[in-house]
Amino acid sequence: MTITLVFLALLMGVVVWWLVKQTINITPWVADAATESVREEGVRSPFTTKPLSNKKLALGVFLAVATSLFALFISAYSMRMEYPDWRPLTEPSLLWMNTGILVLSSVFLQWAWNGAKRGELQTVWRGVAVGGAFSIAFIVGQMAAWDQLASSGFFSMGNPANGFFYLLTGVHALHLIGGLIALSRTVSRLWRHEDMESIELGVELCAVYWHYLLVIWLILFGLLLTT
Amino acid sequence: MSETTAHDAVDFAPPSELEEMELYHAKTWIGKYVWSQDAKVIAIQYGITAIGIGLVALVLSVIMRLQLGFPHSFSFIDPSNYLQFVTMHGMIMVVYLLTALFLGGFGNYLIPLMVGARDMVFPYLNMISYWVYLAAVLILVASFFVPGGATGAGWTLYPPQAISPGTPGVGGGIILMLLSLAVFIVGFTMGGLNYVVTVLQARTRGMSLMRLPLTVWGIFIATILALLAFPALLVSAIMMLLDLLIGTSFFMPAMVSLGEQTAYDGGTPLLFQHLFWFFGHPEVYIVALPAFGIVSDLLSTHARKAIFGYRMMVWAIVAIGGLSFIVWAHHMYVSGMNPYFGFFFATTTLIIAVPTALKVYNWVLTLWRGNIRLNVPMLFAIGFVFTFINGGLTGLFLGNVTVDLPLSDTYFVIAHFHMVMAVSPVLVIFGAIYHWYPKITGRMFDEGLGKIHFWMTFLGTYAIYYPMHYLGLEGLPRRYFAYGDTAFMSESSQDLNAAISIAAIIVALAQLFFLYNMVVSLWRGKKADDNPWEATTLEWQTADTPPKHGNFGPELPAVYRWAYDYGVPGAADDYIPQNVPPKDVKKA
Repeated sequence: MTITLVFLALLMGVVVWWLVKQTINITPWVADAATESVREEGVRSPFTTKPLSNKKLALGVFLAVATSLFALFISAYSMRMEYPDWRPLTEPSLLWMNTGILVLSSVFLQWAWNGAKRGELQTVWRGVAVGGAFSIAFIVGQMAAWDQLASSGFFSMGNPANGFFYLLTGVHALHLIGGLIALSRTVSRLWRHEDMESIELGVELCAVYWHYLLVIWLILFGLLLTT
Repeated sequence: MSETTAHDAVDFAPPSELEEMELYHAKTWIGKYVWSQDAKVIAIQYGITAIGIGLVALVLSVIMRLQLGFPHSFSFIDPSNYLQFVTMHGMIMVVYLLTALFLGGFGNYLIPLMVGARDMVFPYLNMISYWVYLAAVLILVASFFVPGGATGAGWTLYPPQAISPGTPGVGGGIILMLLSLAVFIVGFTMGGLNYVVTVLQARTRGMSLMRLPLTVWGIFIATILALLAFPALLVSAIMMLLDLLIGTSFFMPAMVSLGEQTAYDGGTPLLFQHLFWFFGHPEVYIVALPAFGIVSDLLSTHARKAIFGYRMMVWAIVAIGGLSFIVWAHHMYVSGMNPYFGFFFATTTLIIAVPTALKVYNWVLTLWRGNIRLNVPMLFAIGFVFTFINGGLTGLFLGNVTVDLPLSDTYFVIAHFHMVMAVSPVLVIFGAIYHWYPKITGRMFDEGLGKIHFWMTFLGTYAIYYPMHYLGLEGLPRRYFAYGDTAFMSESSQDLNAAISIAAIIVALAQLFFLYNMVVSLWRGKKADDNPWEATTLEWQTADTPPKHGNFGPELPAVYRWAYDYGVPGAADDYIPQNVPPKDVKKA
């Protein structure tokens, strides 16, 4: 549980710090300070000082929720690990290749995003298509890894690590599939030649989400390898 | 400088930085009222679904009380389905009624109106979130009808019993329960994104965070709690499903079940308890914080007086929200966990009582020397203060480890949590529905029926839960179908159980006054003004009542003051709405 608590403490620290910054110096009862105190105080982008787009903020909140979910799974994993019947699992070497594929899909989506920022539609198309294809390859690779593990007899639940392997990789893959659904909506925007701004936003959100899932995968993979 | 001394009124509202959002206006009746993207319609959909399933749970509780008050008098109640009723009553009330109604119902209706927005920031996602919630409710109801019936594991669903033979509903019932919870969590994540982003980014010009009514603060912080706490329930639900369906041993120890050694080994039920209560404790604050926020606004409006200590109230809500994540194991003192944990969690539990008590003092101080109008919403709001103090005080007993040891799993616990969760927030729900009824429907309800409803409910719930504490002190255990002859329980406890059951039936029947009033007033109620309570907040300053899609007419309001300018010295009226600039205030 410590992992989850540390994450939550950090998150709440950020939330409370932001709230304090927005509200603590406000002294509306002082006559001249009153005008200064009225600001919209929405969340602003740390890079430009314009108000953050709603969809970006929503993705940020969603990533906090997903992090809470993964932190809890990792906490449960760590707590279960303490028990005497824990046997470390040898992961299929396929997972290394899958990791590489996931890195590549992140790279291509970042490339697509950079292209969108420069307004190059061709780049965006290529990046999104290849990135999407690699993501599908990752999921197929994960299913193959499951298959490999199951056929070498590890489906029997004698070892708790087995259960966690399927659980952690499964939840990660489900999130990636959700991302692919979002990516398909961006593709449909590209297809319908919608304006560059909304395409750029769509690609940006997908790229950020992909990088997030890559980081989560690296953490999960590292956890599975070392325990 | 104006001559009225108001809290933070300025003649200045900053210009808008963002374009107004474009709403999708449906053309067909189905598009407007069924597949609606209007947050107000979605709110009513949530409200009706939640109250509907809540009435089912109310009936279940009456059946339980029949068994407890008059044991073995009803052949249709047996030990197995009794536990099913206990479980479903609890789960429906906590999750599918209270959470859904406060966040999905009141949140959807009040947040856009109170922050001065035309709608939620993601209306399509909002619409989907309701239908996902409805799907979750239907899956839960389906669990009654599968072979084996609904699960009887208790709303806390503790393994190993929850998924072991011998517990009712161990087939389809528990699977559908867990599936329904997972679907609910997905739906509420969608809704939660809407509420958080709308409060942060869609406030109108001049509506700073510290000018928000406490209703919005309560729902906002509760939503953040929900977004962070529900994953814990999802994790435990998924792991329990895997234990049941593919034989993993996350929670299942090596054990003998019905005479046979099971294939499980090495799991621990304690892990489930930690995960479940990590969700479960913030969950009760997800229910309580919106109630705190709403009751502050009800008290303030109907006492014609600013809420006492607004900033402290905001920070108390934030503090309670944060602290709620580090008190969970006070539900686990008797679980066999490390006793030093108990020491830590008892300390944090007593700490969280401090901001909560602060709020109680401020509510009382708001009433002090107020110009109190004892109308129906105010009666319910004051009723909340009484019952919450009662329920909160018994929480102090249970929060201490040594006192909790004999009281755990007795009726003392049941009396405590019903007082703080079933009575107090439900009184707020009633008060809130009566309060906003004129705005939502354009009609006034019948005041007389409302008062009858209040007194029967308020006095009746005291009659139910106050004596129940004594049953707990005597040691009467919870979740028991019948008590038989036991030496430590006096004979009078059975009489007390019967009396409580009679009170429960009367209170349940009294809700018919409420339902009748709400439905009939839609046609027979007097037409309401835009602002019958003379309140300051933005939802009362709309162009139409009920507000049309888009809420505020062609131009969004600009806000020039906080939400509590009641009784401002120098002003002609005893209230100044938020969107009235100082230069337009009528002087006395």
